[in-house]
Amino acid sequence: MEIVHVYTKLRSEFGRQCLLSDRPAELLVDVPPDPSLALQFTQKTPRDQAAQACRDMSEHQVNTERFESESCGINHVEGGWPKDVNPLEMEQTIRFRKKVEKDESYINSIQQLGGVSDHCIGQNNSVDIYPEYFEDEEEVEEIQEPASAKTINVFRDPNEVKRTVTGLSWHPDGGRKLAAAYSCLEFQRTSKDTSLDSYIWDIENPNRPEMALKPASPLICLDYNPKDSHTLVGGCYNGQIAYWDTRRGSQPVEFSSVEQSHRDPVYKIIWLQSKTGTDAFSASTDGQVLWWDVRRLSEPTERLVLDPSREGNLDRALGAISLEFESTMPTKFMVGTEQGVVVSCNRKAKTPAEKIVCTYDGHHGPVYALQRNPFFPKNFLTVGDWTARIWSEDIKESSIMWTRYQMSYLTDACWSPVRPSVFFTVKMDGMLDVWDILFKQNDPTLSLKVCDEALYSLRVQDNGRLVACGSQQGGATLLEICSGLSTLQKNEKSLLAAMFERETKREKILEARQREIRLKERSRSEQSRDEDGGRDDGDDSPDQLIARAEKDFYSVVETELRRRRDQEDQTNRMPSQQLLLRNQEVQPKPWDQNRDQNQNQEQPELPHDKQEQDGEQLVYK
Amino acid sequence: MLTDANCCFQAEVEETLKRIQGQKGVQGIIIVNSEGIPIKTTLDNSSTVQYAGLIHQLVMKARSTIRNIDPQNDLTFLRVRSKKNEIMIAPDKDYFLIVIQNPSD
Repeated sequence: MEIVHVYTKLRSEFGRQCLLSDRPAELLVDVPPDPSLALQFTQKTPRDQAAQACRDMSEHQVNTERFESESCGINHVEGGWPKDVNPLEMEQTIRFRKKVEKDESYINSIQQLGGVSDHCIGQNNSVDIYPEYFEDEEEVEEIQEPASAKTINVFRDPNEVKRTVTGLSWHPDGGRKLAAAYSCLEFQRTSKDTSLDSYIWDIENPNRPEMALKPASPLICLDYNPKDSHTLVGGCYNGQIAYWDTRRGSQPVEFSSVEQSHRDPVYKIIWLQSKTGTDAFSASTDGQVLWWDVRRLSEPTERLVLDPSREGNLDRALGAISLEFESTMPTKFMVGTEQGVVVSCNRKAKTPAEKIVCTYDGHHGPVYALQRNPFFPKNFLTVGDWTARIWSEDIKESSIMWTRYQMSYLTDACWSPVRPSVFFTVKMDGMLDVWDILFKQNDPTLSLKVCDEALYSLRVQDNGRLVACGSQQGGATLLEICSGLSTLQKNEKSLLAAMFERETKREKILEARQREIRLKERSRSEQSRDEDGGRDDGDDSPDQLIARAEKDFYSVVETELRRRRDQEDQTNRMPSQQLLLRNQEVQPKPWDQNRDQNQNQEQPELPHDKQEQDGEQLVYK
Repeated sequence: MLTDANCCFQAEVEETLKRIQGQKGVQGIIIVNSEGIPIKTTLDNSSTVQYAGLIHQLVMKARSTIRNIDPQNDLTFLRVRSKKNEIMIAPDKDYFLIVIQNPSD
């Protein structure tokens, strides 16, 4: 049953017109003003109210879709000729020209124009009307603006599955191109679909890589040949080395043979300075450093095993993670290892044992980056665990300067090629830090968050302004550093040299002191060992030690007690008067002695003698 | 009569151009008409065509700029100074004269 609500209305009332009538105004509410409420407010006159007669504007940022542009040439054809003249026909064009030349207006205008031109040409010839004023004046000191850096471009991995940018290398001529090595370093994370390619990007075009490099195994590191900008060499995940010539296409020109290469991924490969310009060397965590001639990659020209005991034992070798080579010092190079040790080596040593010169132990974890300061080659920078450290070659015990422990792991660092006191570091939280050690030593001068994921590699271009850093998701970001951090300041070199010297000296003094303390400890322990050997038979069992200690203790207590008893006996025996005298003159008084000598010698002597006797007696007891 | 007058006028034109060409540092002269066709030139054909086409557009733009700012005004001369040389353009109603000079100082 439906529930129904019924309304009733008289039929006669339907459709009836509204009967409106006037009604007097009815006061519904009257709220009188309450002066007491006004006390809660304070009057404020005059008031400043800014008004601006301008249009309201709003700013809105829109990210548009990528616009792909391509450069191509256009073939121009002469135009402007009237319809009846064919520009390709010499006769017609000459006839047309001759006709124009006969025109009267032509003659008049040329004469007039000729006059004007003459005047200006003469001006040019007589006086340089565009002189360069203020050329010789020195540049005004620039106002110190706060350090800044801005992102110019981001080059993203075009593949579906993103790989980490593990290596970067700038093109040697002018740095218009950037080569990036892509690989996935996480253990067994690569799937079958991940592409093996690495790319060369033109920095003007972030949409598409300029060229792809297709190795057989993903590249971990690569390097442009500083002498020949068309050739690159790269180290692969499977330990092979590959050599490319960009003029010959994406496939490597040559691959090293698998048997002769590294057995672990090649973490770093650098070109060497040689007459032929074809030498490179590579390092890997299998503990070897191999030298290659790229003309013949079938086997390495030289091999070095990073065994700290200098025996060439591969089982005990340290795994290499970074390499350092400075072309100004071609015989020396340094290797950073997984164990946190930096090994300095000499290539020209006669025996393999002598190749390893010394080691620097400083980090708790792998040394991910290693680079000498381009202006002060004796000092080098290492990065590993949560700190960055600066070392001096002479001090082997510890680094001379170090940053404090950062919040996240540091993965790569490099010095600025233009400013000796500036270096860059990247961290696993996606931050890029710019450190200027002359300005601030405790914190980075500039800290930027480049991206949300971890940054794995970093390279500064030779002009010092452009910095490329590679992230875990395959994005290589290009940043431009402000001019304050990329132009050499005055006195910078000398100030930095003084700073390094000071820190080196401090470390040397500390080292010397440590050595002294150690020597003292050693000699003391040797001495005590000799003494013990005299008393006992050198048998150092703990029970005997305890017994000896107890004996010593009791004998000391006994002597003390005896002394005190004798003292008391003495005081009891002597009369009180002499006791007073004794108390007064028991300490020698030089001026009194003189006086006594001059005046009465006998009287003071008597108590003196007695004093001495008593005193002597006391001592002997 | 007219042809005679034209002949000697033409000779005057030749003389003017020769005088300009003889000035110190002048590398070349081009005369271009209002449609951009080079009438007379002392440079090779490809350079002439390039200069004529490009400078024609530049002069049109410059002239329109001046006239847009002030309709009473008009372009009388245009100098383009570059690192290597200076291009001087003298515009007229129907023709313009381009002189490329290398200022020796």
